[in-house]
Order: sequence, then structure tokens, then C-alpha cells
Amino acid sequence: MDLALTPAQSDFQRQVRDFFATDYPQDVRAKLASGTQLSREDHVRAQQALNSRGWLGVGWPKEHGGPGWTPIERHLFDEELERAGAASIIPMAVIYIGPIVCAFGTAEQQAKWLPDILESRAMWAQGYSEPEAGSDLASLRFQAVRDGDDYILNGTKIWTSGAHWADWIFCLARTSQESRKQDGISLICADMASPGITVHPIITMDGSHELNRVEFVDVRVPAANRIGEEGRAWHYANVLLKTERLSYAHIARKRVDLARVRALAAQTPDGDGGTLRDDPLFLRRLVECEAEVEALEIAVLRALTAEAPPAAVSALKILCTECAQHVTELFVELAGRARAPMPDRSRSGWADVAPLAPPHAMSGVQSYFFERAQTIYGGTSEVQKTIIWRNLGHEGI
Amino acid sequence: MNLSFSPEQEQLRDSLRRYLAAHFPFEARRAASSAEGRSPALWQGLAGALGLLGVGVPEAFGGAGGGSVEQMIAAEELGRALSLEPFAETMVMAVPALLADGGAAATALLGLICGGSATIACALFEPATRWSPARIEARASRTEGGWRLNGAKNAVAAFPSADMLLLAARTSGAPGEADGLSLFLVDPMAPGLESHAFPTIDGRRAADLILRDVAVGEGALVGPPGGAAPLIEAMIDRAIAAGAAEAVGIMRRLLADTLSYARVRRQFGQALADMQVIQHRLADMSVELELASAASLLATLKLAAPAAERARAASTARIVVSKAMRFIGQNAVQLHGGMGMVDELPIAHGFKRLTMIDAEFGTTDHHIRRREAIAA
Repeated sequence: MDLALTPAQSDFQRQVRDFFATDYPQDVRAKLASGTQLSREDHVRAQQALNSRGWLGVGWPKEHGGPGWTPIERHLFDEELERAGAASIIPMAVIYIGPIVCAFGTAEQQAKWLPDILESRAMWAQGYSEPEAGSDLASLRFQAVRDGDDYILNGTKIWTSGAHWADWIFCLARTSQESRKQDGISLICADMASPGITVHPIITMDGSHELNRVEFVDVRVPAANRIGEEGRAWHYANVLLKTERLSYAHIARKRVDLARVRALAAQTPDGDGGTLRDDPLFLRRLVECEAEVEALEIAVLRALTAEAPPAAVSALKILCTECAQHVTELFVELAGRARAPMPDRSRSGWADVAPLAPPHAMSGVQSYFFERAQTIYGGTSEVQKTIIWRNLGHEGI
Repeated sequence: MNLSFSPEQEQLRDSLRRYLAAHFPFEARRAASSAEGRSPALWQGLAGALGLLGVGVPEAFGGAGGGSVEQMIAAEELGRALSLEPFAETMVMAVPALLADGGAAATALLGLICGGSATIACALFEPATRWSPARIEARASRTEGGWRLNGAKNAVAAFPSADMLLLAARTSGAPGEADGLSLFLVDPMAPGLESHAFPTIDGRRAADLILRDVAVGEGALVGPPGGAAPLIEAMIDRAIAAGAAEAVGIMRRLLADTLSYARVRRQFGQALADMQVIQHRLADMSVELELASAASLLATLKLAAPAAERARAASTARIVVSKAMRFIGQNAVQLHGGMGMVDELPIAHGFKRLTMIDAEFGTTDHHIRRREAIAA
């Protein structure tokens, strides 16, 4: 065992670090550093910069334009991206559907969709959750009925990130009723411009519009938009789900955030003539988070480099997301009463609405609100605990 | 000893709860929040139909009598209804300070408040004070016939709609000293008072205020010049008690709403409420609520005690209630799943109001230090 990077890995790390420092759109980094929300156009430029190096299709095989990284290289890349404060890759197209198209799509589908994804010409949305099928995704009712060379889609998808700017949506749809509810589900893609699709915005408690409810009424899509065999979508989704569970880790982002908390604490009055940096109560919570992140990093690296049992993957989902929530609580504590203002952070100059509030206070409390979702999406913490319980003892403790 | 509510107090709670349910449903709250961050019509209703704005004010001043337990009941019910009104600022913080002063300006203002035609915003804290009034830097200097105010006050709740500002400034001494603090009534439209109003996380309005040579008259002083620290500390402790009561009302609402949701929401072939993990989580929320409501009562019942005892009880309440607010608020969201995240349901709004209450008069860390500093 050895924690040290090999010379080749160190070279790679340096290469990625230099890229973000010089060749990446610096205005996107500046916007994020100031707490301003990115526009679709900002995301497109950021992703195009990654793709210019062949670094966008992170989980894709080489023959489809992926970088062909080892898990450690992928981790180093994610770490440098977060360390630089660069924009996260929007996961729906690149991380979620791209690898499925690579693995299970036809040559025609690959030629039609993959280049547009890599060049950020097409944005995608993920149509999984439904109003009555959240944690219990397999009970979904969204219907696809075969009609000649087409499917007719009917139903509602919810919590659909980015549907308001997406060009395509991939949907889990019921194509037949089977005795096992995981069977009879197919993966079908729809052009968002298809007649019969309506996108209703969902404003979340942080004031942002990222989520949507998408209604399908008699939406006709070619059967050629189905990925893989009919009724096998549950299998396809699960093949890739396991590795992507760790995409919630965001270890480097937590490190960056905690370093920022530490620096800000030294500038934040404690009301007693000193700063929060010297307040043992605050310091205790900060250091607990820092220690947790250090241990989490090893746990994530271990899971990436060795076969991780399902219980460990679920444990990491809980640990990483709860830790992220604890980090947001530190920002809220730092903010003090300056957590009050609720500016619209999609507007430039948003921080001017409350001249006496530090910008980190306002973006910090909105993150505290928005990141409550981390323990809900991707399988709630309660669902993860059920998975852990079911596996407990099977692999030895 | 008697820890039961009187029949009159029960009646106050019932009539207030009925009134708020009828006149301030969640849809009205949302509309008021996006309009001006409060509902003047509701305020009028509280003054008129309920006479609530006289509670805590002696009848000689146009009030309805009563005291801190009645205010606790009111704050709890206003919390349950997710009220946006400046009840704590006006009735709980400002009114007793005005009563203590008893001067002409204060008395005139009391009459307006009881009649529902004036609300007050309280500007105590500043970016550098955190929650310690002794760190106040804003200065009031003597002029002929009055005072000139300079300084900055951040996140002053309910300012944009307030008819009068009750502002703390230093007439002598240096930041870190309790001596030298004074309270002033300031016209929100006074020349030199620059305000930056903004919507707040809890759907109200607040403002950052910058004062540049704001002139006020001799009669603007509330309480003794340079000796207002005890008045300010009392304002804070009363606000903490009212905030605790409001939080208890919000938490009752969140628990009730989450229980209802868990009963109807079905996943994996059963209602959430049929799963033991959910039952136990709801039970844990109820356990936190039991302790928080007792802490709220403690803070209220100690408001008449000597200053140190009163302050200690207030800090005790903040420590206990803060923990409950985080646990109940976060779990109400968690158990609602995605529905807990949306702006369309009361859950997120209750959670956000709890997050604001946690900051208005000191977080847990502040009150741990404050409580330790008070001799037992």
C-alpha cells in the first residue's frame, strides 16, 4: 500500500492544474468565486474548454471520445476541477446518459447523440423520478405505448434538473406490466421540442430555478429513440449507478470550502473583541469537519481503487452528503445575522442589495437550504440505510 | 406554583388560532411575502378584532393589560401561522422600553401602537457586534437641541414598513464597554439615513442602514443617556423569549404537517408513517419539541426576574430551542423528500424562518458563552 502518487500521476495532476489556471475560462471561475449562478452559456463554454483537451467525457471509453482515465486519474481530475473552483460538469448528459449510450446504444444512436454531448451542442435532462415514484423509483407509472414505429409517452416526471434548458430528455418508461415491478421498464429518449411536452418550473427554497416538473401528453417519439432492449432499462440504469454513487463525494470541494471557512473565521468578529478563528466552540466544529473530510478521502479512494461492496458505497453516500451539509452549517454560523438577505444570485451585482452583508453570508445560507437536497436525491439516507442493513453481515464485518 | 394556563389565556390562544387560520392561510402568507413582506391587513386585524396589540400595555396607556405569558401565547400562534408581522419588534421589544421611558414622545407612540397605526423596527446590532450590544460602535454626539447619529446597522428586520426606528448608539465610552449606550427614536425618513432594503430568507423585509449625521431632537432619547444597556439587554431577553415561543409554534406546525404527509405519502407499498424508522424520527421530533416548549416557558416566566437570572434563562432557552429548531426543521424537510425543498409548501418557509430565528439574537455558540459569563 502506498498513498503517494506515482510520477506519472503527479505529472497528470500538474497538467490538469495548469489547464485550470490558464486555459480554462477564467470569468467562469470568477463568477463562481463571487457566488453568482452560471447561465447555460457559461456552462457550455466551460464544458467546451474541457472537451478541447478531450477531458469532458470523463466516464466514457476511449473509442467514444472519453479520456480513458484510471479511477485515480479521474479522481485527480475531479479534485483539480473543484480545487480550481471550476464549474461542475452538468451530469445528466455527460455522466448519466453518455456512458449508457456508449455501452448499450446502437451505432446510429451513438453517432446521433454522443458528438453533440461532447461538443455541448445538446443539453440533456434525466426523466426518472415521478410524483408517486421517488425513493421507490421502480413503482414508476410513466407510460410508453408502442404505435407502429413510434412510442406514445404519457405521464409526469419531477425534480428534473435543467429541463428548462434541455434539448433532450431520457426517460424511464413502463412499456409492459410485469409481475416484478423492476421489469417492463424501458429507457426512451425524447426531443424536448416534441409536441405534448410542457415544462413547469419548480422554485426551490433557496430561490433558484433548477428543478422542473415535466408533463407528457401523447408525446410521439420514434421507437429508434429507445436505448437497448425493451423492458431492460432497470438493468442498464443499475450497471452504471454503482460507480456514479461516488460522484457525490466532492472531497476537494469540501476541502476548498473548509479552507475558506477557516480564512473567513479569522475575519469574523466573535462579539467579544476577537474572531471566530479563536473561538473554541466554532473551532471544534470546523476541525471535526476537516478531520471527517480527511478520513472520507481515504474511504473514497479505497472504494474507487478496489471493489467496493454495496454497503460501503451506501455508507459513503450518507457520509459525503451529510458532511457537505455540515460544511454549509459552518457558513451559516459565520454569517451570523447577515444570513438575512435573500438576493437573486442569477443577477450580476446581486451582492449590492445588502451592502453590510459579506457575499459569503448570502450565498452560504442559500447553499445551506439547497444542499438539504443532498440527503434526498440519489436515494435518500433512509434508503441507503436499508441497503446497508440488507448487506450487513453478508461480507463479514 | 402553577404552570397551567388560565381560562382567559386558553381563550386568547383559541381565538387567535381561529383568526389566523381564517385570515392568514398559507396562500395569504405567500402573497404577502411577495408583495411587501408583511400583511398590514393582518396587523389591523390583530389590533382591531383581537386587541392583541394592547397586550402587555397597561390600560392607562391605551392597552389591554396582560403580560409576558399572553405575549408568549401570541408569539406561538403567530409562529404556527408563519406570520410575517413585526409583533416581536413592536410589541415585545419596543413597547416595554417605551413604557419604561414614560416620556411624551414614548407615550404618544404607545397610543398609536395599541391602535394598530404604528409599527417599530429595532436597530441594535452592527456588522462587528455579532450579538453583543457592548460592541456597538454607532455614535450619537451632542448638538444644540438634540443629537447627531453616525454609524451602520445591519439586517434591521421590518424596517422598510416601520413607522419609527428604535436605535441604539453610543453617547460615550468605547466598543466593549456597556456604559455609554443610549436608545433613540429615529424617523425612518430622516435626512442622512440611507437604507438598503431587501427580501429576507424568511420572506420578510429588512434593511442595512447607514447613518450619516442624522439629526434627532432632545425628545428622541428613550431611557437614560449613556445608561440604556439594561434596557437593551431586557429587550434582547424578551425578544429571545418571544422568538422561542414563535419557534415552538412553527415546530408544532412542521411536526403536524410532516405527520400528515407521512400518513398519505406511499412508497414501497406502504405509507411512510407505517415504517418504524419514520415513526421513530417523528417521535424524536416530538421529544425535541417537548423540551423546547419547556425552555420557551422558562424564558418567558423568568422575564420578570432580576437581570442576571432573566438573561441566564434566555440563553438556556436559546441553547435548547436552537437544537430543536435544527433537528425538527431539517427532518421536516428530509421526511418530505423533494416536496420539502419547494417554495410552494409551508415546510420550506417554516424551516427558513427557524433558520432566521436562530440568528436574530444569537446562535447556540453565542449563548453558551453568554450563559457561562453569567454567575449562577
